[in-house]
Amino acid sequence: MSEHKGVWVFSENRDLMLELLGKGRELANELKTELAAVLFGHDLGNLPHELIGYGASRVYLLEHPLFKGLQAEPYVGALTTLAKKYIPDIILIGSTKRGKEVAARLAARLETGCVPDCTHLSIDKSGSLQMGRVVYGGNAAATQVCRVKPQIATVPLRVFEKPQREEREGEVIKVDAELEQPKTEVLEVKGIEAPAVKIEEAKTVVAGGRGVEKKEDFRILDELAEVLGGQVAYTRPLCEDRKWFTDWVGLSGHKIKPALYIGCGISGVIQHVAGIRDSQVIVAINKDPEAPIFEIADYLVEGDLYEIVPALSATLKKMLKTS
Amino acid sequence: MSRIIVCLKQALDVAELKADATTRRLITAGVPRKISDFDKNALEEAVRLKEKMGSEVFVVTVSSEDAKTTLREALAIGADKAYMVTDPSFEDSDTLVTSYILAETVKRVGGFDLILCGEASVDSYSAQVGPRLAERLNIPLVTYVRKLSLDGNIVTAERSLEDCYETVRTKTPALITVTGETNEPRIPSLMAIMKASKKEIVTWNAESLGISKEKVGENASAIQVKEVLAPKMERKKIVIKGETAAGVAERLAEALIKEGVVGR
Repeated sequence: MSEHKGVWVFSENRDLMLELLGKGRELANELKTELAAVLFGHDLGNLPHELIGYGASRVYLLEHPLFKGLQAEPYVGALTTLAKKYIPDIILIGSTKRGKEVAARLAARLETGCVPDCTHLSIDKSGSLQMGRVVYGGNAAATQVCRVKPQIATVPLRVFEKPQREEREGEVIKVDAELEQPKTEVLEVKGIEAPAVKIEEAKTVVAGGRGVEKKEDFRILDELAEVLGGQVAYTRPLCEDRKWFTDWVGLSGHKIKPALYIGCGISGVIQHVAGIRDSQVIVAINKDPEAPIFEIADYLVEGDLYEIVPALSATLKKMLKTS
Repeated sequence: MSRIIVCLKQALDVAELKADATTRRLITAGVPRKISDFDKNALEEAVRLKEKMGSEVFVVTVSSEDAKTTLREALAIGADKAYMVTDPSFEDSDTLVTSYILAETVKRVGGFDLILCGEASVDSYSAQVGPRLAERLNIPLVTYVRKLSLDGNIVTAERSLEDCYETVRTKTPALITVTGETNEPRIPSLMAIMKASKKEIVTWNAESLGISKEKVGENASAIQVKEVLAPKMERKKIVIKGETAAGVAERLAEALIKEGVVGR
């Protein structure tokens, strides 16, 4: 019998922490074990008790100003110390970029495996964690298990739902760990302006790709998005090659699942498709009849986006007003 | 002179993958391989540092297959020397094992100031080998870097995170993982390709690194892949046609209203 027990969740992102508690609670119930939140930070106030309300039966709490800088070493060091002391079976970590680094380094120190960016988590008959994720640039879904314990998985934002807060009993355990000093020094942090509405939450997304010739031309996509009450999104080349925008939809960017996705002048390389795959209805507007996006669309319009998109805005404006 | 080691993955060209139509199993046999995209950014960045300050650039790849063609391309881009670490026993190694083989390799190469890796590989996208390698070598790590400079033994790097750009400083030797934003990798000239054919590719295997077979491959790996299936992608593929843009727009609008995805 393995001495590894309990499901742990950890994320420096508060929303993700709550979502992990939701999924973690499910896994812990199935394994008839405890769910623990690992909480590091500074001046955390009532947060430990909130985490109990969201499903944690235990909160391992460590408060120190060193955690404020968000550098990896204090986090990795403290997680390693705790994991060696309390020996968890499963550790779920929020898949932010910082979180993925922490997870990989923790897995290296504990000499175990880590499956990143899981979108499916379940317990199989033998009690192992089955981890599902997208691989090969969105071309495949892989199911993996970890033969060494603890089993570590990272989970992106908004894969699992935030649970309801309830009145629950739980215990807060203040832990002590010698903190590891960061090996890097932070010189400057420049915030990136976040859009008012998160693209992941938009019901309708109008996306533009290389077929949009000039940055100013996005006004026709903006207009369509406005008529539909949606958001405009971009492909990676527009951000990385043309430097028009900073955030893209795709495998390495935002993954969206709106009710309606309209791709304008987007060829549909698999990396982009990986970010829109779960959309309910996909419309593709492209001049090129060979564009791969037509293979994965519900409605295909072979035509010039400069003609079709304004016409669609005009028509919808009329129809939505009269209906 | 500073020494930069770039770790390259010979990744599957994911654009060439096909799936079996009935079982949805992925067919990876015969799929061409290439330098993983972000690793190419790492290599380009190393070559730019070399051009600025006269560093030497070594590339390293760990694979169960021959990687000479891939390494020749890296040499043409501007690396000075390549290390091909290949052994059939490496097949199906996970990141735990791959980082171990890489650590043994770079320790043997020795004398490095910087190790550069891509932020993640284009095929498995796990973003683990770089961080794990830094842990094994116990050196500073800076991930998701989009701007990099080296001044003596001081490394300054700007990280591209979800909500901020974070500039950090650390000391060599250090490991840096770079993003696709970092640079536009060059396409080597014919002259560079010809010159590359004269550069050295050192070939090592498990034995030459003193790695026992029990420590590599599928059996030594923590992660076991149960199944890899092509995702279901059932779409209606309805073609909307018309004489005029207005006609097309009207038909499309009607269809979308019927789907219940527009309007309230």
